[in-house]
Amino acid sequence: MSTAQRSLPAPVPGIASALVWGAGQLINRQAGKAAFFFVFFAALIGWEMGTGNYYAGMDYTPRSNGGFFVKGLWGLVTLGTQPRQMTVTGLTDGDNSIVLMANGLISLLTLGLLAIVWVWSVRDAARYRAALNGGAPRETSRAYFRRLWEGSFAYIVLSPGLLLIVFMSVLPVLFGILVAFTDYNRDNLPPKNLVNWVGFENFATIFAVPSWTATFVGVLGWTFVWAIIATFTTYAAGFLQAVLLANKKVKFPRVWRSVFLLPWAVPGIVSALVFRSMFNGQFGPISQWFMDVGLTDERIYWFTDPSHPNLARAVALLVNLWLGFPFFMALVGGVLTNIPDSYYEAARMDGAGPLQQLRHITLPVVHRTVAPLLILAFVSNFNNFGVIYFLTQGGPDNADYRFAGSTDLLITWLFNLTLDNRLYNIGAVMSMLIFVIVGTISVWNLNRSKAIREL
Amino acid sequence: MTAQQPLIAPSPDPAPRTRRRRTMPKADRVASAFLHLELLVVAVIVIFPLMWIVGASFSPGTGLANASPIPEDATLDHYVSLFTETDYGRWYLNSLYVATLNMIGSVVLSALCGYVFSRIRFKGRKAGLLGILILQMFPTFLTAIAVYMLFLNFGLLDSLTGLALVSIAAALPYNTWLMKGYTDNLPSSLDEAAAIDGASRWTIFMKIVLPLMRPMLTFVAITQFTMPWMDFILPRLLLQSPEKQTVALGLFAMIEDVYQNAFTTFAAGAVLLAVPITILYIVLQRYLVTGASAGAEKG
Repeated sequence: MSTAQRSLPAPVPGIASALVWGAGQLINRQAGKAAFFFVFFAALIGWEMGTGNYYAGMDYTPRSNGGFFVKGLWGLVTLGTQPRQMTVTGLTDGDNSIVLMANGLISLLTLGLLAIVWVWSVRDAARYRAALNGGAPRETSRAYFRRLWEGSFAYIVLSPGLLLIVFMSVLPVLFGILVAFTDYNRDNLPPKNLVNWVGFENFATIFAVPSWTATFVGVLGWTFVWAIIATFTTYAAGFLQAVLLANKKVKFPRVWRSVFLLPWAVPGIVSALVFRSMFNGQFGPISQWFMDVGLTDERIYWFTDPSHPNLARAVALLVNLWLGFPFFMALVGGVLTNIPDSYYEAARMDGAGPLQQLRHITLPVVHRTVAPLLILAFVSNFNNFGVIYFLTQGGPDNADYRFAGSTDLLITWLFNLTLDNRLYNIGAVMSMLIFVIVGTISVWNLNRSKAIREL
Repeated sequence: MTAQQPLIAPSPDPAPRTRRRRTMPKADRVASAFLHLELLVVAVIVIFPLMWIVGASFSPGTGLANASPIPEDATLDHYVSLFTETDYGRWYLNSLYVATLNMIGSVVLSALCGYVFSRIRFKGRKAGLLGILILQMFPTFLTAIAVYMLFLNFGLLDSLTGLALVSIAAALPYNTWLMKGYTDNLPSSLDEAAAIDGASRWTIFMKIVLPLMRPMLTFVAITQFTMPWMDFILPRLLLQSPEKQTVALGLFAMIEDVYQNAFTTFAAGAVLLAVPITILYIVLQRYLVTGASAGAEKG
């Protein structure tokens, strides 16, 4: 008996496991392992059978009989075939394209993850048999799992994180990409209507319809201007404060620094809402104060006066400066304490004045350390939802734009498009464009840093 | 601890100073005066808005126009009405719940993932690291609508736990990179010695690497604890019923809906939200600055 088993060719248990997961392991007489793989198999089949309608006896169609997986994949491809209709008996249940799409993606990803287990089971069955045929000793399932814990420690420990990321990040990202290729918007909302695949139509819309193009180009331009100026001003101001604080003449430097760190420590949403109230046109104290001092005759509508878009932009940048400089101040301060005094002493002996020392020692050293963070700050300013949305709400209105105000960044425009105006497809296209821009900048930045090369 | 700090100073504290001389040359005294003048001006600009909102929270009256930095007859009414007339207490507990879950989940998962990516060479390691890097560049919005649909299907909508799960997943790539970068800089001689002594990978992680990761664990813990208090987009999408709101949502609604007559109450709510977080940040600034700069160094 045992000689007969030993001569069994390796692919046999492999094929058995390919058909019924764990069967090959059973042939190999590893019951524990067999049970382990079979549980996944049973779950897959059970889920499909349990959610489907396989015993109804009618003609099989994925739409009416398919379980979670079959119907899911069918839905992902077709996005539904029957809209809700008015019949004699009332409204029929139409297909909800978006639910179908989401379920389709979930089943696709679940199948993908289960495929890993399947390949593992097939390979394990065949390899173990091949090893036995080659004269290797038998191994109990228990010994195998113990070996697995050490040998595949990385995969086992990563799996909870992987699962979370696959379903909470990868899945939504894929979903978002798919929506960009559909006509899912307020004029075509399921379950009343079916959503269809439309190819690159939405991309064409953004670049072909003049009002969309004008908005996109205008908002994109301002987003870049905003990100550049915001990053530069916060860095410059932070640098200046750090250098001043590092001066040995300053009394109580710790107290000063703690005060300057306040804008960074206070939650951003609170600060932004506070500034929004302070700059309120009608009741805000700043407008009032300008009148009291005699700078203006009437109240200034900082964020709502369409004739002064640049005023709103300038104020938003100033508020951002208030919010952003402490972070750079703390960073630069940290670098400054690391510059050895000997550098400055040597410079002084060579007759360099304070400004020259700043220009030729402090600035280069700080800049070398902080440069990657500047890119990071640029990217986060590019997507700075908080300041714009809470402070100006995108205002003042801009008659030339579609669904955007003069201070709207791409990201806040996107928020309005999707949430308030339910133009999901255009919003998805915008997200992809933002991703391309941000991704290009980040990849360029990473390529220069050593983090990637050292992987 | 200082030996393992990546490149940037472990503390932004200035070096201890030598005692100043009592008498300075005149030019120095002028320079010093200007210096302190500048610091004072900046300090006033920094403090004024904060003082104004604190003042507003104690000001009598309800509207924006009533707010003053130093109210003449200060009152605690708004703090009282915050808890008696609005659901502020409820929102606060909700935020606290999400924040705690988010902190625990993030710290545990990112420490594990960071350790594995840093210390173990396995197939798919590089692809995994690059994959999560790319994932992290995707704007949250693109994912938010999809998360909404997903939760709708699984009955997780309007669930604080669901919100915490999404937050953990959203921050996991970045935190993993942080942890990996930090672990890279820890000496590996200790774990090698333990491995030779026959310690399992799990033991090495728990007994040797984890304790050394403490500064970065602290950083991730603070940032992930404070994030849900200020996050707006995801809760706005995922939470709907009035009793499931977070502080950020509640405050925004307060300033949005009834602008004219709830401003001072809003101010009180904002102060209650801001004070604990501000204290946390100021006290732990050392960890926060180090962690942030380490993130830039490594990824």
